[in-house]
Amino acid sequence: MNKQEALFDLTLRLGDNSLIFGHRLSELCSKGPFLEEDIATTNIALDLVGQSRILLSYAGQVEGKGRSEDDLAYFRSAPQFRCALIAQLPNGDFAYTNAKLYFYSVYASLFLSALMKSKDETLAGFAGKAIKETAYHVRHTSEWLLRFGDGTEESHNRLQKAVDDIWMYTADMFATTEGDKLLIADGIIPDLAAMKSEWYKIVSAHLKTATINVPAEDAWQQHGSREGKHLEALTYILGEMQVVARAHPGASW
Amino acid sequence: MGDIHHISNTDAPRVREVIKMLDEVFDPEIPVLSVNDMGIIRDVKFIDDVLEVSITPTYSGCPAMDMIAGDIKRKLLENGYGNVKIKTVLSPAWTTDWLTENGKVKLMKYGISPPEHSANKKALLGEETAVKCPRCGSTHTTMISNFGSTACKALWKCEECKEPFDYFKCI
Repeated sequence: MNKQEALFDLTLRLGDNSLIFGHRLSELCSKGPFLEEDIATTNIALDLVGQSRILLSYAGQVEGKGRSEDDLAYFRSAPQFRCALIAQLPNGDFAYTNAKLYFYSVYASLFLSALMKSKDETLAGFAGKAIKETAYHVRHTSEWLLRFGDGTEESHNRLQKAVDDIWMYTADMFATTEGDKLLIADGIIPDLAAMKSEWYKIVSAHLKTATINVPAEDAWQQHGSREGKHLEALTYILGEMQVVARAHPGASW
Repeated sequence: MGDIHHISNTDAPRVREVIKMLDEVFDPEIPVLSVNDMGIIRDVKFIDDVLEVSITPTYSGCPAMDMIAGDIKRKLLENGYGNVKIKTVLSPAWTTDWLTENGKVKLMKYGISPPEHSANKKALLGEETAVKCPRCGSTHTTMISNFGSTACKALWKCEECKEPFDYFKCI
């Protein structure tokens, strides 16, 4: 893999993370537990989808084959996507939705904070923007986790179950490829693998405060998203997300 | 013209003329604010026969940005500029610190409480100072949700006059 291919692969990873997570959250539009939370969830989804537009547009430029953000979003098949597994998980109950968004947002804030120093101008500029929005995502979800964990017996049990179920998809967020190593050497991206222990410190401290049992740092983990080995769930997401564009290929607003 | 940030060469009369025209391009969601009030105009340049206006998005997903770009282009074309290019720049990231003082006054009159103070880390970590009710002016207010009717707004309520209101978030 050369540097251009590595950068394309990486920008797909980042763009797909935002796109698929944003799309998942948008599924809750009009289905939130109460109005203000419905709006909060869709606001966060909007931030993420907006980020994916910036990233996938850039990915298309890097690839250099004339593919637009829409081409990449709507006309790739599941094995061509590079979104993390955690972004593909179904929304589940309210505790599940917040737990996976919390885990992802903490990863994102660590990653974006380091990405602000990227030698790639577009990525550095993007990170400087996205990190501020992500701070609101972290704040929102971590507050909910405290309420659930240190709440009623039911809320506590639902959050514990969510954390236990989601845990095996968390290491995948930090997966590093051979291509990444080229980019790390050039100062384009930070070393993701090295951030994992920082991530664990932050989330385990917060979960403990919420009186939730924290799974082991070295518990078994599912992998594969960076090789296009995804959850079955992704095919359903794409089926819904891509159906209109695919029904009218070549259409434009 | 007020406090226009980061625009190079405001000495040039034709740059000033363009900026003045942009006073008439309004945020489609908050129609009292011009794009100059919002601080989203980053640069105005003449490159050969092309007028290049650089804008910066507020929030990554702000759906108004596409419309604003179109409105800027249309306004300039209508005013005789034949060749207009709108460029989006991401860096430095837009911050509510770039809202003009005049813009903040307009927001308050319109019924949206403007960002309280400098968009520093404290605001993002949830240590806001008291937010002012745009109806009765009281600072005895409570946050209902950090996410409101648009990406940039939060939902607050006034404990004095009991009315809810939008607050323009610090970012």
